[in-house]
Amino acid sequence: MTASMSPVRSILLWCPDWPTNAAAAELGLAPGAPLALIERGDVFACSAAARSEGVRRGLRVREAQSRCTDLVVLPYDPVLDHRVFEPVVAAVEQIVPGVELSRPGTCVMRARGPSRYYGGERQAAQALLDTLAGVGVSDARVGIADGPFAAEQAAKLHSPTVTDAIRIVPAGRSPEFLAPFGVELLERPELATLLRRLGIHTLGSFAALDDMQVRDRFGPHGVLAHRLASGFDPSDVDARVPPADHSSVLEFEPPLDRVDQIAFAFRTAAEEFVARLQASSLVATAIRINVSTENGDSRSRTWLHPRWFTAGDVLDRVRWQVQGAGLAESGLNSAITRLRVEPESVDPAGNHEAGLYGGATDERIHSGLSRVQSMVGHTGVLTARIAGGRQPSDRRILVPWGDLPPGGEASVRASQALPWPGRVPGPPPATVFPERRRVLVSGTGGADVAVDDRGELSAVPVSFAEPGGRPGAVSAWAGPWPVTERWWDAGGRRLNRFQLVDESGGAWLLVLDDSGWWAEARYD
Amino acid sequence: MSLSVATPRPPVFAGAPAPVETAANQVAELQARIRGMQRTRIDSHGLPTSPGIAELLPGGVLRAGAAYSVHESTSLALALLAGPSAAGAWCGVVGLPALGVEAAAAAGIDLDRLVLVPEPGEQWLQVTAALADVVTVVLARPPASLSAAEVARLGSRLRQRGSTLVALGEWPQSEATLRVSDDRWMGLGDGHGFLAARRVTVSVSGRTLTGKPRRKQLWLPDTEQVVRPAGLAGVPTRPVPAQPVPATPVRFDEAAVS
Repeated sequence: MTASMSPVRSILLWCPDWPTNAAAAELGLAPGAPLALIERGDVFACSAAARSEGVRRGLRVREAQSRCTDLVVLPYDPVLDHRVFEPVVAAVEQIVPGVELSRPGTCVMRARGPSRYYGGERQAAQALLDTLAGVGVSDARVGIADGPFAAEQAAKLHSPTVTDAIRIVPAGRSPEFLAPFGVELLERPELATLLRRLGIHTLGSFAALDDMQVRDRFGPHGVLAHRLASGFDPSDVDARVPPADHSSVLEFEPPLDRVDQIAFAFRTAAEEFVARLQASSLVATAIRINVSTENGDSRSRTWLHPRWFTAGDVLDRVRWQVQGAGLAESGLNSAITRLRVEPESVDPAGNHEAGLYGGATDERIHSGLSRVQSMVGHTGVLTARIAGGRQPSDRRILVPWGDLPPGGEASVRASQALPWPGRVPGPPPATVFPERRRVLVSGTGGADVAVDDRGELSAVPVSFAEPGGRPGAVSAWAGPWPVTERWWDAGGRRLNRFQLVDESGGAWLLVLDDSGWWAEARYD
Repeated sequence: MSLSVATPRPPVFAGAPAPVETAANQVAELQARIRGMQRTRIDSHGLPTSPGIAELLPGGVLRAGAAYSVHESTSLALALLAGPSAAGAWCGVVGLPALGVEAAAAAGIDLDRLVLVPEPGEQWLQVTAALADVVTVVLARPPASLSAAEVARLGSRLRQRGSTLVALGEWPQSEATLRVSDDRWMGLGDGHGFLAARRVTVSVSGRTLTGKPRRKQLWLPDTEQVVRPAGLAGVPTRPVPAQPVPATPVRFDEAAVS
């Protein structure tokens, strides 16, 4: 059992504040801004600027915001974290094989190979730091010790006397190095609390306990913690198999600014992209397209597909993203220099194999609708959901084919399940105007019909003119039903609703607000 | 064991009214029957149709591959789509940016199988044809500038694919044209109540219906938000209805004041 007795000499590479740096870089925030990432209402990670204001991991959001008033708060996105770290790991793998990705921002490798190749541990560490600086990570630290646990403590060591980015614990001296640290570093809160109550405050004093006694009192987990504390880290470096890079990149020289040129140029690349995935028996169900422009701007967007992407689908998404629905969405204002497409989620191709006797109905629907989408654009083909709300237009959510509604299906269902007091009873109107239309309603002798603060009508509506029509008599009406939504907010609204039947029998849902009478929907 | 060759009777006459009184009616009925037998297409089957609507349509079903034209009532058009959608068919809607999705769901259309193309722009014909390839029923508002050749092309595409078009507006080659008239809303008074139910007269004319348009009373919808026929009043060719008229609900007059 040599493995259990002699820990693996390990190099650990640590990028401090990785989650906040990654989020700031991805969202284009200033690097020095105070930023906190939130998970389940608690601070998960915070930037150095936020830390200097007293923000700590584990604080409630409100508490963190009260300590640092200009704190930028974002939800923690582990996918983003991994995605941004992936190129860093790939760069490390270029110079050192066999890298274990512990978590985003931290990776471990065996020390033996690199130190022999680079002629020493310090030289190997320096080579790693140079590589990281090349991909834009400047403040990384390297710890070298016996076992990943000791190496991590060396890398994270926070002490005024140690300023070097490379911290090397000489071979065989890890127990000595670990001894003064507190038991919290074992990352077992229950065990640490218990040890403290037993009067054991440091790893050294925990390590001094007898093996058998630790096993009897704390069980197998305790034994593992005891090994770590004693500097006999049993864990080995579990090198990952570098994932195959399925992304497809195309540089344009000179930069292109016309959609058809770009789409034409990318045609072959899109076919290769799909063929490469196919060669690994995979299909992409979501892709991410990144567009870089001449003036250094770079925009990304994820596209989902109801089934899986063919080369034509990829090309369509590229076209839609470059065109944008107006330029606001794509945000492009100069010629495009680089286009990158990467699969965001892949699925084994076997799950998507067509049946022996032709595809199912749904498959036909998908391909047919994709064709329509290629004619009228991604946002031209919609599916509908009913959400909660008081106005008919609020209750209708239109989602492009293949996309998810904003906030996900669950939030739509949740808003639908709320009670919404004050909604109009009876059958829903068959026509809901996307833009409400101006109508004329007046009382006897052309008198204004208004509603005062107490909800009293100033006159009975007797005459009604539909949008662009001639005034006619009102045959039935009811109202006002007042709606006061978000009165504390500038975006709130106060209005009164009416139902009205005109002389030809047409029924309308009308709205009276400060700007006059409007038709919101028609029961036709 | 006796071998008998059953004459296949088109199922479209299963729901036709039995008593035929006047000679004109008899002639019309026979003519319709001949036309039904002369039908040459093999795939001309009926789509599942909701009962309230089936009574209106010639043949008693919504036919696959045909076009129907509905005038001035989105609710009636949605009611046409409800039967096939409830039976599992996909529906498409082209060129109706103001469609009330909630009304569609209330009519019985499954939103999971409803696809909307609100703004087809110049490509109305291509989009409608592409949708008709894959969905069973397409509800569309045809643009004014549609040439006869384009109408014929879409018509043959529909026949070939066996999908049905419900045009909101004039459609030259429609199987039947449905018009809503005599709108009467119940439940809304003079400053009180709310719109609860509507009773309309639907007049149906079409290629296979000779003579005067057929007129039916329809709840669109009733207080339970269900589309259903409202008695047999107003059959024009018969001066007095032979069958007893089913009692129409009178509860609206009582429910009007709420």
